[in-house]
Amino acid sequence: MTNRVSKGSLFPYCLWILLFVIAPIALIVYYSLLDLEGKFTLSNYQSFFSPAYIKMTFTSFWYAFLITFFTLVISYPTAYLLTKTKHKHLWLMLIIIPSWINLLLKTYAFIGIFGLYGPINAVVEVFGIEPKQILFTDFSFIFVSVYIFIPFMIIPIFNSLDKLNPTLIYAARDLGASSFTTFRRVVFPLTIDGVKSGIQVTFIPALSLFMITRLIAGNQVITLGTAIEQQFLVSQNWGMGSTIAVFLIIIMIIIMLVTGQRKGGRA
Amino acid sequence: MKKLSAASKIYLIIVFIILYAPIFYLIFYSFNSGGSMNNFESFTLEHYKAVFEDSRLIVILINTVIVALLSGLISTIIGTLGAIGIVSIKDAKMRNILLSLNNVLIVSPDVVIGASFLILFTMIGVKLGFTSVLVSHIAFSIPIVVLMVLPKLLEMNKSLIDAARDLGATKRDVLTRVILPYIQPGIFAGFFLALTYSLDDFAVTFFVTGNGFSTLSVEIYSMARTGISLTINALSGLIFLITVLVVIGYYFVANRAKRVSEEVQR
Repeated sequence: MTNRVSKGSLFPYCLWILLFVIAPIALIVYYSLLDLEGKFTLSNYQSFFSPAYIKMTFTSFWYAFLITFFTLVISYPTAYLLTKTKHKHLWLMLIIIPSWINLLLKTYAFIGIFGLYGPINAVVEVFGIEPKQILFTDFSFIFVSVYIFIPFMIIPIFNSLDKLNPTLIYAARDLGASSFTTFRRVVFPLTIDGVKSGIQVTFIPALSLFMITRLIAGNQVITLGTAIEQQFLVSQNWGMGSTIAVFLIIIMIIIMLVTGQRKGGRA
Repeated sequence: MKKLSAASKIYLIIVFIILYAPIFYLIFYSFNSGGSMNNFESFTLEHYKAVFEDSRLIVILINTVIVALLSGLISTIIGTLGAIGIVSIKDAKMRNILLSLNNVLIVSPDVVIGASFLILFTMIGVKLGFTSVLVSHIAFSIPIVVLMVLPKLLEMNKSLIDAARDLGATKRDVLTRVILPYIQPGIFAGFFLALTYSLDDFAVTFFVTGNGFSTLSVEIYSMARTGISLTINALSGLIFLITVLVVIGYYFVANRAKRVSEEVQR
């Protein structure tokens, strides 16, 4: 009945898919096969598999892993405790507000906080330790990234915990499970979907963030994202940049498959 | 339910302090008459004055808001129509393909989106600047609108449409008087999210903006790269204030929309 109207309404949407979803990916793949003069070549892939790039990929992975790990370790208990508070949605709102503040501003704040004369060093000095440069270290990079991702990790975990039927917990407790066993065997498995989407929204951006590495880590930390930005906007080597982007896309697909929610797993 | 133990309360308080400390730190030093972020000399509003006197910054601010509003509006229209279209597709396989394609831009790292859009715009000859930034923002906001509207459409009772048709409503009536009012909360949520996506975006804009055009994020980045400037602090104070007001506003709108839709359903 409404089919004609509906099909017509799909037109701009499909045009969008074609132009901004399919075409860009195709272009990235196409450019990854071009050298600086625009001739077809596989040399970009060859240089990607050189030790320097392999090492960069692994360090990028390692940082992303650490960032995701610490974010999860801090966020899960927070989300868990939030669901136990009285006005939980108000508290969740308060967690979300900082995520609305521009990313750049939050990162910029840490330039001051971690600076040589910043508050952290002032506190350290009270304990008689020499102040030292915290900025431009991998610690500062990981700390700021974790700080940025915490709200994004809390939201999905909070939602899945919130949906959890509390009678399941009572049942487990009645059947003699300790609170730790209840958590390990009941609560955590039932909220794993939230954890997975939290990991998705943390790990992939953690691989590709380049402004935090530039502002906070100086040029100490090079992630895949920094490398792409470097190739595209500094070296103007779009071919190499696209090759790294292709690998980032492949990694992303793998992560999506690993953390993807199976449909119909839980009624 | 059990009351929270003291330890858990302390844990939550620490998390909240860590989340808010950097923001308040920024705002605190925006009132510093000294030039740095570590030595509070005396209270001043000169940095706020500097923000309003810097005409370049004001232009950038206006640009950012215009791009956000326009991209929010256009992506909401395309996304809502798209969602309505997706729901009407009978073929489950086709529907799933569209939905997966829809999610590509949501999960793609923004560096990749930025780089690929840069290639795209260069190839089809779009001049980098306002147009390329606006189009990119529309492009990455559409999928989020679809995701916000889709659940509302799916929970809608199909007999509502049939009833309207039986009572003689035209297709246009069905769309404007039945479907749109019903999915309105989803549309609003989509619009607000599109706005925040646009306001918050840095990486994509950074790639596709030319020399002459800049948004707030890009400007803050280039200012921050040259070092500390308390003008940025004053700016963040203003942004924080606006954000809190918008959140409160959104909260009320969402609540009212909920109440209205409940009344309609009654």
